[in-house]
Amino acid sequence: MIALFLRDLRLAIRAGGGFGLGLGFFLIVAVLVPLGVGPEGRTLSLIAPGILWVAALLACLLSLDRIFALDHEDGSLDLLATAPIPLEGVVTMKALAHWVTTGLPLTLASPVLALLLNLPGSGYPWLVLSLALGTPALSVIGTFGAALTVGLKRGGLLLSLLVLPLYVPTLIFGAELVKRGAAGQAVATPLLLLAGITAGAAALLPFASAAALRVNLR
Amino acid sequence: MTPPAAALAATDLAVSRGGLPVLERLTFTLHPGRALILRGPNGSGKTTLLRTIAGLQPPLAGSITAPPETIAYASHADGLKATLTVAENLAFWAQIFGTGDIDAAVDGMNLRGLLDRQAQNLSAGQKRRLGLARLLVTGRPFWLLDEPTISLDVASVALFAQVVRGHLAAGGAALIATHIDLGLPEAEVLDLAPHRARAPADGGLMGAFDEAFL
Repeated sequence: MIALFLRDLRLAIRAGGGFGLGLGFFLIVAVLVPLGVGPEGRTLSLIAPGILWVAALLACLLSLDRIFALDHEDGSLDLLATAPIPLEGVVTMKALAHWVTTGLPLTLASPVLALLLNLPGSGYPWLVLSLALGTPALSVIGTFGAALTVGLKRGGLLLSLLVLPLYVPTLIFGAELVKRGAAGQAVATPLLLLAGITAGAAALLPFASAAALRVNLR
Repeated sequence: MTPPAAALAATDLAVSRGGLPVLERLTFTLHPGRALILRGPNGSGKTTLLRTIAGLQPPLAGSITAPPETIAYASHADGLKATLTVAENLAFWAQIFGTGDIDAAVDGMNLRGLLDRQAQNLSAGQKRRLGLARLLVTGRPFWLLDEPTISLDVASVALFAQVVRGHLAAGGAALIATHIDLGLPEAEVLDLAPHRARAPADGGLMGAFDEAFL
Protein backbone atom coordinates (compact mmCIF):
# COMPACT_ATOMS: atom_id res chain seq x y z
CA MET A 1 0.00 0.00 0.00
CA ILE A 2 2.93 2.31 0.69
CA ALA A 3 4.07 1.54 -2.87
CA LEU A 4 0.76 2.82 -4.21
CA PHE A 5 1.02 5.99 -2.14
CA LEU A 6 4.58 6.64 -3.31
CA ARG A 7 3.64 5.96 -6.92
CA ASP A 8 0.79 8.49 -6.75
CA LEU A 9 3.08 11.11 -5.24
CA ARG A 10 5.68 10.45 -7.92
CA LEU A 11 3.07 10.68 -10.66
CA ALA A 12 1.76 13.95 -9.20
CA ILE A 13 5.13 15.70 -9.30
CA ARG A 14 6.13 14.41 -12.74
CA ALA A 15 5.19 16.43 -15.81
CA GLY A 16 1.42 16.77 -16.23
CA GLY A 17 0.74 15.31 -12.80
CA GLY A 18 -1.30 18.28 -11.60
CA PHE A 19 0.58 18.89 -8.38
CA GLY A 20 0.44 22.70 -8.66
CA LEU A 21 -3.15 22.82 -9.90
CA GLY A 22 -4.93 23.29 -6.57
CA LEU A 23 -2.22 25.47 -5.10
CA GLY A 24 -2.19 27.71 -8.17
CA PHE A 25 -5.95 28.12 -8.02
CA PHE A 26 -5.82 28.96 -4.30
CA LEU A 27 -3.14 31.56 -4.98
CA ILE A 28 -5.07 33.14 -7.84
CA VAL A 29 -8.28 33.52 -5.81
CA ALA A 30 -6.48 34.96 -2.80
CA VAL A 31 -4.65 37.46 -4.99
CA LEU A 32 -7.65 38.46 -7.11
CA VAL A 33 -10.21 38.93 -4.32
CA PRO A 34 -8.43 41.97 -2.74
CA LEU A 35 -8.15 43.49 -6.20
CA GLY A 36 -11.85 42.99 -6.83
CA VAL A 37 -13.15 43.97 -3.41
CA GLY A 38 -10.89 46.97 -2.99
CA PRO A 39 -8.27 47.96 -0.44
CA GLU A 40 -10.71 48.47 2.44
CA GLY A 41 -8.93 46.66 5.27
CA ARG A 42 -11.98 46.17 7.46
CA THR A 43 -14.03 44.58 4.68
CA LEU A 44 -11.18 42.28 3.73
CA SER A 45 -10.52 41.05 7.24
CA LEU A 46 -14.25 40.46 7.62
CA ILE A 47 -14.47 38.20 4.56
CA ALA A 48 -10.98 36.66 4.80
CA PRO A 49 -11.94 33.42 6.64
CA GLY A 50 -14.79 32.69 4.26
CA ILE A 51 -12.81 33.51 1.10
CA LEU A 52 -9.82 31.41 2.16
CA TRP A 53 -12.01 28.42 2.99
CA VAL A 54 -14.09 28.66 -0.19
CA ALA A 55 -10.90 28.95 -2.24
CA ALA A 56 -9.36 25.93 -0.51
CA LEU A 57 -12.53 23.90 -1.07
CA LEU A 58 -12.73 24.74 -4.78
CA ALA A 59 -9.01 24.07 -5.18
CA CYS A 60 -9.56 20.57 -3.76
CA LEU A 61 -12.54 20.05 -6.05
CA LEU A 62 -10.44 20.90 -9.09
CA SER A 63 -8.23 17.83 -8.90
CA LEU A 64 -10.80 15.28 -7.71
CA ASP A 65 -11.65 13.72 -11.05
CA ARG A 66 -8.01 12.75 -11.53
CA ILE A 67 -8.05 10.43 -8.51
CA PHE A 68 -9.49 7.40 -10.30
CA ALA A 69 -10.13 8.54 -13.87
CA LEU A 70 -6.51 8.22 -15.00
CA ASP A 71 -6.11 4.79 -13.42
CA HIS A 72 -9.37 3.69 -14.99
CA GLU A 73 -8.34 4.86 -18.47
CA ASP A 74 -5.04 3.00 -18.56
CA GLY A 75 -6.40 -0.16 -16.95
CA SER A 76 -4.46 0.10 -13.67
CA LEU A 77 -7.67 0.21 -11.66
CA ASP A 78 -8.75 -3.24 -12.92
CA LEU A 79 -5.33 -4.58 -12.06
CA LEU A 80 -5.36 -2.95 -8.61
CA ALA A 81 -8.77 -4.49 -7.97
CA THR A 82 -7.32 -7.95 -8.62
CA ALA A 83 -4.16 -7.24 -6.61
CA PRO A 84 -3.67 -8.59 -3.07
CA ILE A 85 -4.40 -5.16 -1.53
CA PRO A 86 -7.99 -4.68 -0.34
CA LEU A 87 -9.84 -2.06 -2.35
CA GLU A 88 -10.51 -0.17 0.88
CA GLY A 89 -6.74 0.19 1.26
CA VAL A 90 -6.43 1.39 -2.33
CA VAL A 91 -8.99 4.18 -1.84
CA THR A 92 -7.46 5.20 1.50
CA MET A 93 -4.03 5.52 -0.09
CA LYS A 94 -5.52 7.44 -3.02
CA ALA A 95 -7.22 9.87 -0.63
CA LEU A 96 -4.02 10.26 1.38
CA ALA A 97 -1.99 10.96 -1.76
CA HIS A 98 -4.61 13.50 -2.85
CA TRP A 99 -4.40 15.25 0.50
CA VAL A 100 -0.58 15.37 0.46
CA THR A 101 -0.56 16.85 -3.05
CA THR A 102 -3.50 19.25 -2.54
CA GLY A 103 -4.65 19.84 1.05
CA LEU A 104 -1.22 19.94 2.68
CA PRO A 105 0.29 22.56 0.30
CA LEU A 106 -2.86 24.67 0.72
CA THR A 107 -2.53 24.51 4.50
CA LEU A 108 1.13 25.47 4.38
CA ALA A 109 0.58 28.34 1.94
CA SER A 110 -2.49 29.74 3.68
CA PRO A 111 -0.71 32.10 6.16
CA VAL A 112 1.01 33.94 3.31
CA LEU A 113 -2.24 34.37 1.44
CA ALA A 114 -4.10 35.36 4.60
CA LEU A 115 -1.72 38.33 4.74
CA LEU A 116 -3.08 39.53 1.39
CA LEU A 117 -6.60 39.33 2.79
CA ASN A 118 -5.71 41.21 5.98
CA LEU A 119 -6.74 38.42 8.35
CA PRO A 120 -6.37 39.65 11.96
CA GLY A 121 -3.18 38.37 13.59
CA SER A 122 -4.93 36.18 16.14
CA GLY A 123 -6.60 34.22 13.34
CA TYR A 124 -3.43 32.73 11.77
CA PRO A 125 -2.95 29.70 14.02
CA TRP A 126 -6.65 28.90 13.74
CA LEU A 127 -6.56 29.21 9.97
CA VAL A 128 -3.70 26.72 9.68
CA LEU A 129 -5.29 24.42 12.25
CA SER A 130 -8.72 24.52 10.59
CA LEU A 131 -7.26 23.73 7.15
CA ALA A 132 -5.05 20.97 8.59
CA LEU A 133 -8.11 19.44 10.26
CA GLY A 134 -10.61 20.08 7.49
CA THR A 135 -8.81 19.37 4.21
CA PRO A 136 -8.39 15.62 4.91
CA ALA A 137 -12.20 15.42 5.02
CA LEU A 138 -12.33 17.19 1.65
CA SER A 139 -9.97 14.59 0.16
CA VAL A 140 -11.80 11.60 1.65
CA ILE A 141 -15.25 12.85 0.62
CA GLY A 142 -13.89 13.76 -2.81
CA THR A 143 -12.44 10.26 -3.24
CA PHE A 144 -15.90 8.88 -2.55
CA GLY A 145 -17.37 11.15 -5.24
CA ALA A 146 -14.62 10.14 -7.66
CA ALA A 147 -15.32 6.46 -6.98
CA LEU A 148 -19.02 7.01 -7.72
CA THR A 149 -18.34 8.66 -11.08
CA VAL A 150 -15.31 6.64 -12.19
CA GLY A 151 -16.77 4.99 -15.27
CA LEU A 152 -18.28 8.16 -16.71
CA LYS A 153 -16.67 10.10 -19.48
CA ARG A 154 -16.44 13.79 -18.51
CA GLY A 155 -17.95 13.04 -15.12
CA GLY A 156 -16.52 16.24 -13.64
CA LEU A 157 -19.80 18.15 -13.45
CA LEU A 158 -21.66 15.27 -11.82
CA LEU A 159 -18.77 14.79 -9.44
CA SER A 160 -18.91 18.45 -8.36
CA LEU A 161 -22.69 18.31 -7.88
CA LEU A 162 -22.41 15.13 -5.80
CA VAL A 163 -19.56 16.30 -3.65
CA LEU A 164 -20.38 19.97 -3.00
CA PRO A 165 -23.32 19.33 -0.61
CA LEU A 166 -21.11 16.94 1.34
CA TYR A 167 -18.45 19.65 1.60
CA VAL A 168 -20.81 22.21 3.13
CA PRO A 169 -20.47 21.17 6.82
CA THR A 170 -16.68 21.22 6.57
CA LEU A 171 -16.82 24.67 4.97
CA ILE A 172 -19.19 26.07 7.58
CA PHE A 173 -17.30 24.83 10.62
CA GLY A 174 -13.87 25.52 9.10
CA ALA A 175 -14.68 29.14 8.28
CA GLU A 176 -16.50 29.58 11.60
CA LEU A 177 -13.43 28.33 13.47
CA VAL A 178 -11.20 30.89 11.76
CA LYS A 179 -13.74 33.68 12.24
CA ARG A 180 -14.09 33.01 15.96
CA GLY A 181 -10.36 32.55 16.40
CA ALA A 182 -9.67 35.87 14.69
CA ALA A 183 -12.25 37.62 16.86
CA GLY A 184 -10.89 36.07 20.03
CA GLN A 185 -14.06 34.11 20.83
CA ALA A 186 -14.45 30.55 22.10
CA VAL A 187 -13.52 28.09 19.38
CA ALA A 188 -14.27 24.74 21.00
CA THR A 189 -17.59 24.03 19.24
CA PRO A 190 -16.54 24.50 15.58
CA LEU A 191 -13.15 22.92 16.31
CA LEU A 192 -14.66 19.74 17.71
CA LEU A 193 -17.32 19.53 15.00
CA LEU A 194 -14.71 20.00 12.25
CA ALA A 195 -12.48 17.34 13.75
CA GLY A 196 -15.50 15.07 14.20
CA ILE A 197 -16.49 15.37 10.52
CA THR A 198 -12.96 14.53 9.41
CA ALA A 199 -12.65 11.57 11.75
CA GLY A 200 -16.05 10.21 10.77
CA ALA A 201 -15.43 10.64 7.05
CA ALA A 202 -11.99 9.03 7.24
CA ALA A 203 -13.35 6.09 9.20
CA LEU A 204 -16.47 5.32 7.17
CA LEU A 205 -16.13 6.63 3.62
CA PRO A 206 -13.30 4.33 2.42
CA PHE A 207 -15.73 1.41 2.73
CA ALA A 208 -18.37 3.28 0.74
CA SER A 209 -15.78 4.30 -1.87
CA ALA A 210 -14.57 0.71 -2.27
CA ALA A 211 -18.14 -0.53 -2.64
CA ALA A 212 -18.83 2.11 -5.29
CA LEU A 213 -15.66 1.14 -7.16
CA ARG A 214 -16.62 -2.54 -7.16
CA VAL A 215 -19.96 -1.70 -8.73
CA ASN A 216 -18.40 0.61 -11.30
CA LEU A 217 -15.74 -1.88 -12.38
CA ARG A 218 -18.24 -4.54 -13.41
CA MET B 1 6.76 -20.18 -7.48
CA THR B 2 4.80 -22.73 -5.52
CA PRO B 3 2.49 -24.77 -7.73
CA PRO B 4 -1.17 -24.33 -6.84
CA ALA B 5 -2.65 -27.19 -4.91
CA ALA B 6 -5.89 -27.09 -6.82
CA ALA B 7 -7.07 -26.26 -10.29
CA LEU B 8 -9.15 -23.39 -11.57
CA ALA B 9 -12.59 -24.75 -12.33
CA ALA B 10 -15.75 -23.27 -13.77
CA THR B 11 -19.01 -25.17 -13.32
CA ASP B 12 -22.08 -24.46 -15.43
CA LEU B 13 -20.95 -20.86 -15.68
CA ALA B 14 -23.02 -18.11 -17.28
CA VAL B 15 -21.74 -14.57 -17.70
CA SER B 16 -23.45 -11.36 -18.69
CA ARG B 17 -22.32 -8.04 -20.06
CA GLY B 18 -24.38 -4.90 -19.55
CA GLY B 19 -27.21 -7.01 -18.13
CA LEU B 20 -27.41 -9.30 -21.19
CA PRO B 21 -26.29 -12.92 -20.94
CA VAL B 22 -23.51 -13.65 -23.42
CA LEU B 23 -22.24 -17.12 -22.47
CA GLU B 24 -23.83 -20.00 -20.61
CA ARG B 25 -23.35 -23.69 -19.73
CA LEU B 26 -19.58 -23.32 -19.58
CA THR B 27 -17.79 -26.04 -17.67
CA PHE B 28 -14.05 -26.43 -17.79
CA THR B 29 -11.10 -27.13 -15.54
CA LEU B 30 -7.67 -25.60 -15.88
CA HIS B 31 -5.03 -27.79 -14.27
CA PRO B 32 -1.57 -26.58 -13.25
CA GLY B 33 0.88 -26.91 -16.11
CA ARG B 34 -1.81 -26.59 -18.77
CA ALA B 35 -2.91 -23.84 -21.10
CA LEU B 36 -6.42 -23.33 -22.39
CA ILE B 37 -7.05 -21.16 -25.43
CA LEU B 38 -10.42 -19.42 -25.78
CA ARG B 39 -11.62 -19.05 -29.32
CA GLY B 40 -14.67 -17.20 -30.55
CA PRO B 41 -15.64 -14.36 -32.87
CA ASN B 42 -15.66 -10.73 -31.73
CA GLY B 43 -18.37 -10.11 -29.18
CA SER B 44 -18.60 -13.77 -28.18
CA GLY B 45 -17.80 -12.92 -24.55
CA LYS B 46 -14.13 -13.78 -24.19
CA THR B 47 -13.27 -10.59 -22.30
CA THR B 48 -16.42 -10.85 -20.17
CA LEU B 49 -15.55 -14.43 -19.27
CA LEU B 50 -12.00 -13.46 -18.27
CA ARG B 51 -13.21 -10.48 -16.20
CA THR B 52 -15.71 -12.72 -14.43
CA ILE B 53 -13.05 -15.30 -13.61
CA ALA B 54 -10.73 -12.53 -12.41
CA GLY B 55 -13.46 -11.55 -9.94
CA LEU B 56 -14.15 -8.12 -11.42
CA GLN B 57 -17.80 -8.97 -11.97
CA PRO B 58 -20.09 -11.62 -10.50
CA PRO B 59 -21.22 -14.56 -12.66
CA LEU B 60 -24.83 -14.66 -13.77
CA ALA B 61 -25.07 -18.32 -12.79
CA GLY B 62 -22.80 -21.21 -11.93
CA SER B 63 -19.62 -21.05 -9.92
CA ILE B 64 -15.89 -20.50 -10.25
CA THR B 65 -13.52 -22.20 -7.85
CA ALA B 66 -9.89 -21.25 -7.57
CA PRO B 67 -7.42 -21.08 -4.71
CA PRO B 68 -7.52 -17.53 -3.27
CA GLU B 69 -5.08 -14.88 -4.53
CA THR B 70 -3.80 -16.97 -7.40
CA ILE B 71 -5.13 -15.17 -10.45
CA ALA B 72 -3.25 -12.57 -12.48
CA TYR B 73 -5.32 -10.76 -15.09
CA ALA B 74 -3.97 -8.98 -18.15
CA SER B 75 -6.58 -6.94 -19.99
CA HIS B 76 -6.40 -5.06 -23.29
CA ALA B 77 -5.01 -2.10 -21.37
CA ASP B 78 -1.55 -2.58 -19.92
CA GLY B 79 -1.99 -0.43 -16.82
CA LEU B 80 1.19 1.53 -17.49
CA LYS B 81 1.90 5.01 -16.25
CA ALA B 82 3.24 7.16 -19.07
CA THR B 83 5.53 9.30 -16.93
CA LEU B 84 7.13 6.41 -15.04
CA THR B 85 10.06 4.49 -16.47
CA VAL B 86 9.89 0.82 -17.43
CA ALA B 87 11.76 -0.14 -14.26
CA GLU B 88 9.48 2.01 -12.06
CA ASN B 89 6.33 0.59 -13.63
CA LEU B 90 7.48 -2.99 -13.07
CA ALA B 91 8.84 -2.34 -9.60
CA PHE B 92 5.51 -0.82 -8.57
CA TRP B 93 3.55 -3.94 -9.54
CA ALA B 94 6.20 -6.17 -7.98
CA GLN B 95 5.76 -4.29 -4.67
CA ILE B 96 1.98 -4.40 -4.89
CA PHE B 97 2.09 -8.17 -5.35
CA GLY B 98 4.78 -8.51 -2.71
CA THR B 99 7.38 -10.20 -4.93
CA GLY B 100 9.84 -7.33 -5.30
CA ASP B 101 12.07 -8.93 -7.92
CA ILE B 102 11.78 -7.67 -11.49
CA ASP B 103 14.96 -9.16 -13.05
CA ALA B 104 13.38 -12.37 -14.31
CA ALA B 105 10.52 -10.44 -15.90
CA VAL B 106 12.87 -7.93 -17.52
CA ASP B 107 14.95 -10.69 -19.09
CA GLY B 108 11.92 -12.81 -19.96
CA MET B 109 10.30 -10.13 -22.09
CA ASN B 110 13.59 -8.67 -23.38
CA LEU B 111 13.24 -5.25 -21.72
CA ARG B 112 16.78 -4.89 -20.41
CA GLY B 113 17.71 -2.13 -22.84
CA LEU B 114 14.56 -0.11 -22.12
CA LEU B 115 14.68 0.02 -18.32
CA ASP B 116 15.28 3.77 -18.01
CA ARG B 117 12.92 4.79 -20.77
CA GLN B 118 9.61 6.43 -19.82
CA ALA B 119 6.59 4.35 -20.79
CA GLN B 120 5.23 7.17 -22.95
CA ASN B 121 8.27 6.85 -25.22
CA LEU B 122 7.79 3.15 -25.89
CA SER B 123 6.32 1.76 -29.09
CA ALA B 124 2.99 -0.09 -28.92
CA GLY B 125 4.74 -3.46 -29.08
CA GLN B 126 7.23 -2.48 -26.38
CA LYS B 127 4.37 -1.34 -24.14
CA ARG B 128 2.67 -4.67 -24.68
CA ARG B 129 5.85 -6.51 -23.72
CA LEU B 130 6.05 -4.43 -20.54
CA GLY B 131 2.39 -5.19 -19.83
CA LEU B 132 3.09 -8.92 -20.18
CA ALA B 133 6.23 -8.66 -18.06
CA ARG B 134 3.89 -7.43 -15.31
CA LEU B 135 2.39 -10.94 -15.21
CA LEU B 136 5.77 -12.39 -14.37
CA VAL B 137 6.28 -10.08 -11.38
CA THR B 138 2.89 -10.97 -9.89
CA GLY B 139 4.20 -14.45 -9.03
CA ARG B 140 0.67 -15.83 -9.42
CA PRO B 141 0.03 -19.24 -11.01
CA PHE B 142 -3.14 -18.62 -13.04
CA TRP B 143 -2.73 -16.15 -15.88
CA LEU B 144 -5.81 -14.77 -17.61
CA LEU B 145 -4.66 -13.22 -20.87
CA ASP B 146 -6.91 -11.13 -23.06
CA GLU B 147 -5.52 -10.86 -26.60
CA PRO B 148 -1.95 -10.87 -25.31
CA THR B 149 -0.27 -10.66 -28.72
CA ILE B 150 -1.87 -7.43 -29.97
CA SER B 151 0.79 -5.23 -31.60
CA LEU B 152 3.57 -7.77 -30.98
CA ASP B 153 5.87 -8.68 -33.88
CA VAL B 154 6.66 -12.28 -34.84
CA ALA B 155 9.80 -12.42 -32.72
CA SER B 156 7.97 -11.06 -29.67
CA VAL B 157 5.12 -13.54 -30.12
CA ALA B 158 7.70 -16.34 -30.09
CA LEU B 159 9.30 -14.78 -27.01
CA PHE B 160 5.90 -14.60 -25.35
CA ALA B 161 5.13 -18.24 -26.20
CA GLN B 162 8.45 -19.17 -24.61
CA VAL B 163 7.56 -17.22 -21.46
CA VAL B 164 4.16 -18.92 -21.26
CA ARG B 165 5.80 -22.34 -21.76
CA GLY B 166 8.26 -21.55 -18.95
CA HIS B 167 5.36 -20.53 -16.75
CA LEU B 168 3.52 -23.80 -17.48
CA ALA B 169 6.65 -25.83 -16.83
CA ALA B 170 6.98 -24.14 -13.43
CA GLY B 171 3.50 -25.34 -12.47
CA GLY B 172 1.52 -22.33 -13.63
CA ALA B 173 -1.47 -22.30 -15.93
CA ALA B 174 -2.83 -19.88 -18.51
CA LEU B 175 -6.24 -19.08 -19.95
CA ILE B 176 -5.66 -17.21 -23.19
CA ALA B 177 -8.19 -15.45 -25.40
CA THR B 178 -6.62 -15.03 -28.81
CA HIS B 179 -7.30 -15.09 -32.53
CA ILE B 180 -3.84 -16.02 -33.78
CA ASP B 181 -1.73 -19.13 -33.51
CA LEU B 182 0.54 -18.65 -30.52
CA GLY B 183 2.82 -21.57 -31.30
CA LEU B 184 1.61 -23.50 -28.26
CA PRO B 185 0.53 -26.80 -29.87
CA GLU B 186 0.15 -28.48 -26.48
CA ALA B 187 -2.58 -26.04 -25.41
CA GLU B 188 -6.20 -27.18 -25.40
CA VAL B 189 -8.73 -25.10 -27.27
CA LEU B 190 -12.13 -24.10 -25.91
CA ASP B 191 -14.47 -22.90 -28.63
CA LEU B 192 -17.03 -20.50 -27.18
CA ALA B 193 -19.46 -20.59 -30.12
CA PRO B 194 -21.59 -23.52 -28.77
CA HIS B 195 -21.86 -21.76 -25.41
CA ARG B 196 -23.44 -18.63 -26.75
CA ALA B 197 -26.35 -17.56 -24.52
CA ARG B 198 -29.77 -18.57 -25.86
CA ALA B 199 -32.79 -16.30 -25.84
CA PRO B 200 -34.95 -16.74 -22.71
CA ALA B 201 -37.74 -18.12 -24.92
CA ASP B 202 -35.42 -20.95 -25.98
CA GLY B 203 -34.60 -21.89 -22.42
CA GLY B 204 -31.79 -19.38 -21.83
CA LEU B 205 -31.25 -17.41 -18.67
CA MET B 206 -32.94 -14.12 -17.98
CA GLY B 207 -30.45 -11.29 -17.86
CA ALA B 208 -30.21 -8.92 -14.93
CA PHE B 209 -32.32 -6.32 -16.69
CA ASP B 210 -33.58 -4.86 -13.45
CA GLU B 211 -30.05 -4.06 -12.38
CA ALA B 212 -30.24 -0.74 -14.17
CA PHE B 213 -33.26 0.31 -12.16
CA LEU B 214 -32.02 -0.56 -8.70
